[in-house]
Amino acid sequence: MTSARLAPQPAAWVEPNAVAQVWRETFAIANVELRKLFRDPTELFTRAIQPVLWLVVFGQVFSRVRGIPTGNISYLAFMTPGILAQSVLFAAIFYGIAVIWERDLGIVHKLLVSPAKRISLVLGKAVSAGFRGVVQAVIIYLIAAALGIAIRWQPVHIFAVLAGVALGSAIFSTFSLIIACIVKSRERFMGIGQVLTMPLFFASNAIYPIAIMPGWLKVVALVNPLTYLVDALRGQMIVGGESVHGFASDFGIMILIFIVLSAVAARLYPTLLR
Amino acid sequence: MMAAAKTDSLIERAEFAIETDALTKAFGDLLAVDHLNCRVPYGQIFGLLGPNGAGKSTTIKMLTTLLDPTSGSAKVAGFDIVAAPARVRSSIGYVPQMLSADGALTGEENLMLSAKLYAIPRAERQPRIADALEFMGLTEFGRRLVKTYSGGMIRRLELAQAMLHRPMVLFLDEPTIGLDPVARHTVWDRLRELRQNYGITILITTHDMDEADELCDELALMHRGQIAALGQPAELKAGLGPAATLDDVFARFSGGSIQEGGSYRDIRQTRTTASRLG
Repeated sequence: MTSARLAPQPAAWVEPNAVAQVWRETFAIANVELRKLFRDPTELFTRAIQPVLWLVVFGQVFSRVRGIPTGNISYLAFMTPGILAQSVLFAAIFYGIAVIWERDLGIVHKLLVSPAKRISLVLGKAVSAGFRGVVQAVIIYLIAAALGIAIRWQPVHIFAVLAGVALGSAIFSTFSLIIACIVKSRERFMGIGQVLTMPLFFASNAIYPIAIMPGWLKVVALVNPLTYLVDALRGQMIVGGESVHGFASDFGIMILIFIVLSAVAARLYPTLLR
Repeated sequence: MMAAAKTDSLIERAEFAIETDALTKAFGDLLAVDHLNCRVPYGQIFGLLGPNGAGKSTTIKMLTTLLDPTSGSAKVAGFDIVAAPARVRSSIGYVPQMLSADGALTGEENLMLSAKLYAIPRAERQPRIADALEFMGLTEFGRRLVKTYSGGMIRRLELAQAMLHRPMVLFLDEPTIGLDPVARHTVWDRLRELRQNYGITILITTHDMDEADELCDELALMHRGQIAALGQPAELKAGLGPAATLDDVFARFSGGSIQEGGSYRDIRQTRTTASRLG
């Protein structure tokens, strides 16, 4: 019709700079994910209900038990970073459902036929999950403030918490993507998602310290990524909160976990169609 | 006119837009595609026809690099699908069977995502998106959410997406399945224009005998992973007698009518498509 712009362009192939390419593609994917999120943010608010229940109901009651050693902070303050980490886990672990949905709609076919690198498709999802986690964190800060928990409001600590939350979301959403690539159906995914979340939560330091766990559970807790997220957050979020491993080592371990998971997910992503 | 466009707009890098050499895909014991040899010249609309399970989708998945062949090889736009999948991907456009444009995004946003993933330079993105929307008759709908589009509009948007990076070869899997007759003809018109004005090579799979007859220059009838018959629609029909239809050709070579069969998965997919349209 009017334009020569649609004519085939077999032109010279320029070998792209891989890092620039992954950056461009990752943010192209994250960009559309975030647009969709802002268009329908209900999900963000419904996800805030569960942490409110944990803090306001469970937390308030268990604060009176005083059976759990929490150092020199209240039980409620102790569990607040744990509940933040839990809400990150619960939101991100079902991320794979959306990917299975996209597969059934043919969106995954289209992405995989494009010249985008597979790792970009994985990282794009992770960035968008990270953003959702950050919104989650803001909501929990507000709840915690309303409950009168002593929060470290210094920007550097808030920044550290948000960075940890974003990384944790990226880890669990990528883990979820791997499960999606393996099970490939929504029904099976729901089953596995349900089975995974509670063990990950209870086999961590989210609502009680590792020190009081039986030996076998301590081992499980130490290979559970949630433990490192909670530990990182506990040292940064709450006045008087103590991190067992220190923020730097927690963050470093999480980065390692994320690198391994992303590599696996990038390998598995194309098998989603088989 | 057409011949001129062909030579002007294509480089003679490879003789054929698509060329397969004993291309084979086995799933366990089942040979989904069985030593397929097939050549599609540049500038042709080529139809892969066949009953469900004949190997059309598996063939298209291999040619678009979604699936590796078990043995044999294929070149698309001159690039080997196994050795140079990234180059194949940059040279082709693909529209899957399902209506796969993202309903939660606007038409423009869908196109922008494609523009970025296909490495279209920043300054060229907007003009090309505007052009593609205009060509597909969607200019005034560009800022609307795709979930408000009709099935035919979604299909045209997907064609626009697939054309944005100016591919040499377009792959369309059942391009008009579930569309009403008017929408179907609009899609056919656009495909013919793309071929005529720009010499783009188009490979479609189809179930629809009218589509095969009216749209395709050449047809390959697939049966059990092999090409059972190959030729122009008129040739194929003439080979069976003066009054033969493509349905007859189909029955002759695949031992059954196109209307029969259909696995559960296919039916479910068609339903999904239909319900998105509804």
